[in-house]
Amino acid sequence: MMMTTGTAEPRGQALAINNLSLEFPTFSGAVKALDNVSINVAKAEVVGIVGESGCGKSVTTMAATGLLPKGRYHITGGNVRLFGHSTLSMDDSQLQDLRGKVVSTIFQEPMNALNPTIRIGRQLTDVIMRHEEIGLVEARRVARDILADMLIGEPERVMNLYPFELSGGMRQRVLIAMAFSCNPGLIIADEPTTALDVTVQAVILRLIQNRARRTGTAVVFISHNVAVVSQLCDRLYVMYAGRIVEHGATRSVLETPQHPYTQALLRCLPERVAPKQDLEAIPGAVPNLLQPPAGCYFQPRCKEAVEQCRSRSPQLAGEGGQQVACWRRGVAAELPGQGGRQ
Amino acid sequence: MSAITPTDPVATRRSRPFTDRLRYLWYLSRRSPLTLVGVAIILAVLVMIVAAPWLAPYNPDKVSLTSRLLPPSSAHWFGTDEVGRDLFSRVIFGARASCGAAFMIVLISTAVGVLIGCFSGVVGGRVDTAIMRLMDVVLALPALVLAMALAAALGPSLFNSMLAVAIVRIPAYVRLARGQTLSLREQVFVKASRTYGASPFYILRWHILPNATSPIIVQATLDLGGVVLIAAALSFIGLGAQPPTAEWGALVSSGRSYMLDQWWYATFPGLAILITAMGCNLVGDGIRDMLDPRLRGR
Amino acid sequence: MTKAVDILTRPVLEVSDLHVRFPASRNWLGRPTSHVHAVNGVTLTVSAGKSLGIVGESGCGKSTLAQAIIGLAPYGEGRVAIDGEDFQKAEGKRKRALRQKMQIVFQDPQSSLDRRLPVWRLISEPLHIRGGHSRAELRAKAEELAVAVGLRPEHLDRLPHEFSGGQRQRIAIARAISTDPELMVLDEPTSALDVSVQAQIINLLLKLQRERGLTYLLISHDVALVRHFCDDVAVMYLGQIVESGPADAVLSNPRHPYTQTLLAAAPSFESPLPDIAQVRAGELPNNRNLPDGCFYRQRCDRIGGGCEVGQVLRRLSESARHVRCHLAQT
Repeated sequence: MMMTTGTAEPRGQALAINNLSLEFPTFSGAVKALDNVSINVAKAEVVGIVGESGCGKSVTTMAATGLLPKGRYHITGGNVRLFGHSTLSMDDSQLQDLRGKVVSTIFQEPMNALNPTIRIGRQLTDVIMRHEEIGLVEARRVARDILADMLIGEPERVMNLYPFELSGGMRQRVLIAMAFSCNPGLIIADEPTTALDVTVQAVILRLIQNRARRTGTAVVFISHNVAVVSQLCDRLYVMYAGRIVEHGATRSVLETPQHPYTQALLRCLPERVAPKQDLEAIPGAVPNLLQPPAGCYFQPRCKEAVEQCRSRSPQLAGEGGQQVACWRRGVAAELPGQGGRQ
Repeated sequence: MSAITPTDPVATRRSRPFTDRLRYLWYLSRRSPLTLVGVAIILAVLVMIVAAPWLAPYNPDKVSLTSRLLPPSSAHWFGTDEVGRDLFSRVIFGARASCGAAFMIVLISTAVGVLIGCFSGVVGGRVDTAIMRLMDVVLALPALVLAMALAAALGPSLFNSMLAVAIVRIPAYVRLARGQTLSLREQVFVKASRTYGASPFYILRWHILPNATSPIIVQATLDLGGVVLIAAALSFIGLGAQPPTAEWGALVSSGRSYMLDQWWYATFPGLAILITAMGCNLVGDGIRDMLDPRLRGR
Repeated sequence: MTKAVDILTRPVLEVSDLHVRFPASRNWLGRPTSHVHAVNGVTLTVSAGKSLGIVGESGCGKSTLAQAIIGLAPYGEGRVAIDGEDFQKAEGKRKRALRQKMQIVFQDPQSSLDRRLPVWRLISEPLHIRGGHSRAELRAKAEELAVAVGLRPEHLDRLPHEFSGGQRQRIAIARAISTDPELMVLDEPTSALDVSVQAQIINLLLKLQRERGLTYLLISHDVALVRHFCDDVAVMYLGQIVESGPADAVLSNPRHPYTQTLLAAAPSFESPLPDIAQVRAGELPNNRNLPDGCFYRQRCDRIGGGCEVGQVLRRLSESARHVRCHLAQT
């Protein structure tokens, strides 16, 4: 199905995040939001990041595209390259140039991302004209085409409406149109369908997929829903408490999950259990990243944890495209520089 | 912001002990030094109110015709007035009348306003409409005009002018409390309470009042600064504290005639008013920022 | 097990021909000029100890249905009976007694718990409101309930913000079972939670059902969850039930075109992303002006003769299943 490209061969990188570590300073101390996160996205590839709330999946891409509020976080290690640009050292105006033209983000709540007082058409053409040197007439034509491409019935009429006159699904389509309007090389879709109904969600996912395939755009798809990611993505990363615990081709990760967390995550879904039987819940709760547990962060909830897990953090390793960070799965190396600069 | 502020993963966070809360307040105020300045001013004024007899070098009402209208010196820091009373002592004692009045005004209008507002919001319907229209009428009255009318009817006194200012302030609190009540009434926990058969009074007592206090306290603190000014203004035009009571507004008023030659007479009480009002506003802003949920947990 | 026998036959909740509408706009006299028709003639029955799942998309009226049943949304037409007694018509003591028999668990435990009250006070609130208990009794009862839902006694004096989402939902569940209800309305009880925590809460609810013989009405948009959790299911569209029956049968072999679409669109490991044509991207019709004929007509792909008349929920010949579509009657 979506496995046409297989695992990433070196076709050129769209996004390369290397050992990114990040902290949020708070009153009670530093929250270690990301710890040695590495994510690679090849051009024209669809990659998923899965994890529960607070696992750092949004923070990763927001940090990479400079969307985190200035002064509220510290990068404690690692680097990010977006089509060869090192984004972490860029200033605001450079990032502004990059966003829209090179990378676009689609957020969960479409209402917040649109200006309620400006008509849809104007908002679209503004974005297009900021990044492409074309006139208003031409920009309106581009906007109309891309709205039609999002299967919006009467693009002309929709362009004359205000955001509140559209349903949630329509607004999200407009935002996707906006994200694709300048033909960026990478789209970051941050839970774009979480607020929507399943029938609308299916359409939105299809639209993203079709457009990305046709234009050769790479997509990073962030979701808490493993099933959605499995339908859309070539490869996926599983995150837990600010670390990547498993990574590989979607099929292999979902069919033969290696990390105890991934295994538990898949087992606790009601889909695979007989009616009325107890689900295999993961005991406990996500760790407090102010005082993360020693060693592997999943160890307090893990059935297989041994002494080594409680003292040292495993590094992501593995062969054949599937990587896992677990001592019990033959990992040999410890995670470098615990929060320190490398 | 929820994606950025990692608040939830904390599974079982203990309540912070008291010293920790103080430390947290300190942490928050350090982020806005102006709030600290405000707190310092308020503390200074409070000390003046409590310890006036010990702080003041002279009896504020002691007339000394030999030392009339002396400029500031080491003996009389703020100089003396036209009958030789020490201005520094009078400014210190004036804090009692000025700030006491302001505090009473805010207290009265807050208490009455919150009561009316919550009642109005809970009862709703025509009663609500009637109360709100009445409040619109009160809101249309200028404080000074009402104070003058009361003074004309009951004679000028600090109490009457306080009453006038308090009445005019009530609608603001009614609106605030009613707005809080209306929005809290739609909260899920209030709906849940209704499904258990809770009476409107129960909901008011246990859910609405406790949750509505924070914004009301902010409003009251911010108001305090303005009220200090108004109370002084009323005394200035002769509707408030009557001579020889030491009150900042009254001091400025009597110092007015000596403005050109004896600048210190009106200036120091005026500065006291200015600084106190500013202090209240700074603290009010600070509290508002602290209660802002976006700053929580940082 | 003698109790189980009469449990099976006794309906705890009966809803008949329920209509709920809200004024959408008013004229200057305050009289409503148009209405939002949220629930349009819902009839359903839940037997003691069973679970009924209500599935549908946002705006289909499933939450309004829950609110009408629990008494938060007044209705003009129809009847909601708990243990055979009409709830909206009941007064005084009878009403209070009926209230104790049903409880609701809301979607978001963050907003359904007053953040200024400690846990023991939250859990015992229904009893506190009912009155007649001393503070010590309430606390003891709260402790017992807290333990029953997997909280620890030392949690009782903490405030809700000190807990994770899953634990907060446990507090809400403890509060709901405090009056020993027969019926629990669960309004999307796990959709604000992560999947690993959802599993804990679902297990807890199943355990409570086994232990206390609770009857559940589960409102959800998650088809997989309903299939797992419920005996029966009713699919709602535009305020009507379009298909109902045993959960397994309906969800593995849907007969109404809308149910088919809903199931095709639900994300799943087993199937690839559906084609756009398959999920028919049409928008939900405006529920201020209900459409003529079959409500699903505008989005349906099997439309033909007979769709222009209003459809009724008919029983399928071979089973306990009902479908509101004349094309499915075979």
